[in-house]
This record gives sequence, C-alpha cells and structure tokens, in this order.
Amino acid sequence: MYDIENYYNAGTIAEAVELLKEHPDARIISGGSDVLIKIREGKFAGTSLVCIRDIREIKGIERMESGDIYIGAGTVFSHITNDPVIQRWIPVLGEAVDQVGGPQVRNIGTVGGNICNGAVSADSVPTLFSLNAMLRLSDGKGGRTVPIRQFYLGPGRVDLQPGEILTHIVIPEREYMGYYGHYIKYSMRNAMDIATLSCSVVSKTDVSQGILEDIRITFGVAAPVPFRCEKTEAALKGMPVGEELYDTIEKMVREEIHPRDSWRASREFRLQIGGEIARRALIRTIELAGGDPS
Amino acid sequence: MKKQMQLVQCTVNGKEVAEYVDVRESLLEMLRNRLGLTSVKKGCEVGECGACTVIVDGETIDSCIYLAVWAEGKNIRTLEGLEKNGELTRIQEAFIEEGAIQCGFCTPGFVMSATVLLERGEKLSREAIKKQMSGNLCRCTGYHNIINAVEKVMDENFEKKDET
Repeated sequence: MYDIENYYNAGTIAEAVELLKEHPDARIISGGSDVLIKIREGKFAGTSLVCIRDIREIKGIERMESGDIYIGAGTVFSHITNDPVIQRWIPVLGEAVDQVGGPQVRNIGTVGGNICNGAVSADSVPTLFSLNAMLRLSDGKGGRTVPIRQFYLGPGRVDLQPGEILTHIVIPEREYMGYYGHYIKYSMRNAMDIATLSCSVVSKTDVSQGILEDIRITFGVAAPVPFRCEKTEAALKGMPVGEELYDTIEKMVREEIHPRDSWRASREFRLQIGGEIARRALIRTIELAGGDPS
Repeated sequence: MKKQMQLVQCTVNGKEVAEYVDVRESLLEMLRNRLGLTSVKKGCEVGECGACTVIVDGETIDSCIYLAVWAEGKNIRTLEGLEKNGELTRIQEAFIEEGAIQCGFCTPGFVMSATVLLERGEKLSREAIKKQMSGNLCRCTGYHNIINAVEKVMDENFEKKDET
C-alpha cells in the first residue's frame, strides 16, 4: 500500500489544472515510475496526487503541417521509440529513451515526467536540449511556451508553476531538418542503471565540402542541470571534418563541463569519459549524415 | 492517509473482474491479495527486479509500481492465464527443458517478458533478446539458460514459418 493522502484523477487538461489549483499541495503523477518510488522511499510519503494518465490530449506524437513535431508529455518511452515520425525525423530521441531503465519501465515512464522531475541524468533530456525543444505548458488560460534550456532551475528543480502542467514538447522543423544526432549513455550496467555521464550531439554537416556547419552538444550529469557546451559549439562551427575537429571537441569539452565527485564516479573519471563520448558521438553524427569522418 | 475505495473493472486472464480497491493499492497487491494470483511475485517493490511483471494491453509492466485503479478497462495477463487445459505454453516447456529455473522466484516474471517478446513475432539476435529481457533480474544468476530458452522457441517459430 502506498502512503498517499488523497488521489484525484483528471480526465482533461482543464480538469488537471482545476484540481491542482484546488489542491496546491498535490503532486502530479503520470507514469508513476518516479513518483511511486519516491513515495515508497519516504521522500514523497503522505503526498496527495493528481493523476494525469487518462488525459488523451497529452499522449502521442504528431508532425504538423509546419513540420514541427509535437510530442505529448504523457507519451511513454517505448511508444516514442516505436513511433514512425520519431524514427523518420528524429531517430536519436527514440534511441535515447530506449536506454531508460528496462522494458517494463519504458512501457510506463513518460517523457514529460522525465523532464519535470528535473533529474540531471534523465535520458531524454540531453537530446531535447540539443534539438532546442520547446515546452508547452498549460495553466487553464493561455499557457506559455518555454525553451527547455530555460526550464531547468537547479538540481531537481524546474520552472513548473503551481497549477501548471506540461502538455507537449515541440521540436521545430528548423531544429531537426538536415541535422543528425547521436546519444551516448555511459553507465555501469547496460540496463536498469542511471547514467554516470551522458552526451547528446546533434550536428549538421556539409558533406560535399567536408565542413561541420552546426553542432549542439549537451551533457547529462556534467553539471547541476543538463548542460550545453556553448563555447565548444562556437569553436567547432565551420571546422573541416577530421582528426583536428575530434581532438578539439575532446579537449574543449573537458575544459567546459564541470562534473562533480559522487559515489558513482569521480570528477576526473567523468572528465575523461566526457571528452571521449563527445568525440565518439560527433563522429557518429557525421557518419549518419553520409560524410566520411576521417 | 484516508481510505478511499474505488471500483475497478478489468479483464484478468480472460475473465471479467470487478473489485473495490483502495486507491493506495498497487496492481501487484490487487492481483495477489484480492484475486489470489500468487505467480505475481513481490520482489523489490521499486520496479527494478521484474518479479511482478504482468502484461497490460499487450505490454509488460512492473505491477508493483502501477496503481490498481489504473487497471480500469485494461486487459491483464498473468502466468496463471498461460496454460490451457493443463498444457503449458511452448516457452514454459522450454524453460524446463533448458533448466532455466533455479529457485524459481523470478521465473513467472521472466516467462511473461518472454511471452510478449515471442508474441511480437520478430526474429531477434541473442543480444537483442538480452536487451528485451533486461528488466528482469535472476538472483541465482541463471541468465544463460533463460536466454537459451527464449532463443530456442524463437528459432522454432521461425523454422515453422519457413516451412509454411
């Protein structure tokens, strides 16, 4: 039996907002793979819950006429991985969320929960940062749309206001068209483990000229919040594809990220791994673009 | 911590079920305590070990981190629903043949994961099978034989397909 004070079920976004306003102490529950475990651990013991899993409007994935891709916040990881829109346009996201926990967890955990719990190790988030994803938040009135980078305030803290729910993640067409991405999760086990360090590289290569046109590099567990390596990105744009490019990303990333010591791994180890996985991810994106990485 | 009861109507192993459950109750507790389906094992209770794996609408879930009220309208399958007229399914037989059982506590969960995997009808590499079975832990560490059993039935299914 879970230590839950009151349980309210919302059938629509409007109902969810209403319930959250009526019960400001209640927490949102969607898949439950995070919230229920925290109740069990005692961290959220005695909490009230507003359940949003019956809200159809926030499930599923759609590519709009504009080319923008809308991902419902309540979409579970395995459905993202198996979705034809994701597989065709942003396969890197499907591959990233296929590394969460194990199959059973991927069948219940939602991408919205992965974002809103604020965990720096969330497997979906580095890729969403590298895709410059926008978050659509609803408050029962007009709502607002914020870039995912501005949504993270600190460790475990996100800019979700009382009475607000995350409804969709939007990937604008200009952010993925012509780009290729690769996500590397470094962890101690292949499954049922959280990332010791993770890196998602999304890049655009001019294959005929052999030039890296654009690049976005995001790390998980390398700072208090998911971290974009802006300095490294700026330095790499326009560089010719080749060894010098890979040496530069490896070296600059190590200078830019600031991981900490934890029981999972030391700072030094994370710096070492960070340079290496950024390098490998970049090489893979160039291969995916059809370029010759050497 | 108030008692809040709610009616849940769902299908369990092909039978219509209507139960009043506490909203704080997990599906695991409902299946074991109210319906007597004790193949669903209570292991870690935090969604890591997979001993409580059941199939909900064709997908495996850990029933320990799934509230009973979420089962409303769903089609749920547990190990008890597999055998037909005293006959085991092919994957259950293969577990026996391959010695894929040691203490047996993880077995129902593994069998349910394997059942969904085989019903999907895909031919997977051994590595891919391992990935699909990675949400179940065997503390006796008998993984090798478990994967052998799954691989054996998958191969058989594809041999049959080739013949037809």
